[in-house]
This record gives sequence, structure tokens and C-alpha cells, in this order.
Amino acid sequence: MKALRYIVLVAFFGVLMTAVVKLPPRGDVSSPVHRRTNAAGTPVAGTYYIQNAYKDAKTPNMVTVILGDYRSLDTLGETIVVLIGGIACFYILNVRRRKP
Amino acid sequence: MSEFPEHDPKDHCLDESLKEPTDSLIVHATARGIAPFILLIGLYVFFHGHYSPGGGFQGGVLLAVGFLLLRLSLGVRLSQIVMPHRLTLRASAIGALLFVAVGLSAVIMGGNFLDYHLLPIPGLAPEYLRYFGILLVEVGVTVTVTFTLVAIYDELLGC
Repeated sequence: MKALRYIVLVAFFGVLMTAVVKLPPRGDVSSPVHRRTNAAGTPVAGTYYIQNAYKDAKTPNMVTVILGDYRSLDTLGETIVVLIGGIACFYILNVRRRKP
Repeated sequence: MSEFPEHDPKDHCLDESLKEPTDSLIVHATARGIAPFILLIGLYVFFHGHYSPGGGFQGGVLLAVGFLLLRLSLGVRLSQIVMPHRLTLRASAIGALLFVAVGLSAVIMGGNFLDYHLLPIPGLAPEYLRYFGILLVEVGVTVTVTFTLVAIYDELLGC
């Protein structure tokens, strides 16, 4: 059983190394993430963000504009997940500890 | 250190010594000296989210670390002054409510949810309204993350 574990580990390492070696080089403009249209021929959202992030919000950090403005509903969900985690800890840890 | 106290199933608190102030003068002085700077770096990371890597979540975690260092070193009772226990979970709910309030105020002004350029702040161009809308939202995120992490620690200690 222990040998199987190591075989799985080595195979997984091989998969990851293959993926890393096959990555496109940094700054390659023809790599899929840098294209203006995706494989289906429709424009990619990233192009709009790069061109308009500073114009729309006057904020130099593009990531903040995407997280806080364009995708702010997603950030709201993340915040509520954190809050629900806190509330769940409150109720789970206080099951028997509650003082009358 | 070798003998731990007998675990009583009725006792759901952790070790009581975790709530006590530390005996070491060095730990005491160092924690009290470093914690304000950790809080300052947390505020820096938060406010520089518009210009550099950072933002609500990272700054909130740093602020929480500053408060937790005081909780760990000064003990629960002494650190109630800087962060009262009854405040934590309520304040984290207020942070999430601030986020939702920013979104709903845009709805009331006739736009979509979280459509910042319709926020009711007079005298600002739409781009700067979005700038401050992002800032307000990040304030909500920071408050939620900070107080939730402190609240989870407090609940683990059972104080």
C-alpha cells in the first residue's frame, strides 16, 4: 500500500511538471490568455478591463477595480462567506457553553 | 509541562492559562510595542489597495493579527480595552451591512446594485464616485474580516 502511495505521488509530480514545462513563456503575446478574442471568437473581458479600468474608476490598481467595481457582487459574496464562518463558529463553539 | 490537567467533558473551555497574561516581561513588552505597528501596517495595506497590492482582505487580516497578538500576550481580560469581546461579531455584521448599504443606495438612486457612479455623494465626477465607492466597500470588507477573525479566537477560548 505504501508503494502505491509513492507511485501516485510520482505520477502527480510528473503531471505537474509536464504542465509547468508546457506553459507559454512570460510576455508571449500569442498565448491564449493574452488574446483579445477567445476560441469561440467573442471578445474577452480582460481586454475591456485593461483598456478602461483607469478611465472608469481613476484607480491605478487594476485588480482593485476588477474586484471592487466590475466584480463587486463576487466580493460581497466573499465577505458574507467570512461573516457566515464567524457566525457558525459562534454557534458551534457555544453549544454547551451557554450560560443561563 | 508533562502533566496536563484531567479533561473534564463538562468543561468545554480550553486551557485556562491561555486567558491569563503572560509571565514573561520580554513577551509582554515586545507585544505591546509591536502591536501598534502591526495595526499601522494593516491600515497601510488597506488604504494602499488602490495603488499597490493590498486591499480589504489582506489589510483586515493584518489588523486582526495585531489584536490577536494583544489577546495572546496580555491575556483576554486586559485586551478587552482595545477590542471588547461583545463588539466583535456585531461589528463584523455591520461591515457586511455597510457593503450591502452601498449597493442598495445605488439601487435607491435608480441604478443597478453596486453601481457606484450613482452614489448620493454630491459634487464628484462619476469616476471619483466609483473611486470612493470601491473605498467604502473595502472598508466594509476590512471591518468584517478583522472582527470575524478576532471573534473566532474569542469563541475558541470561550471567554
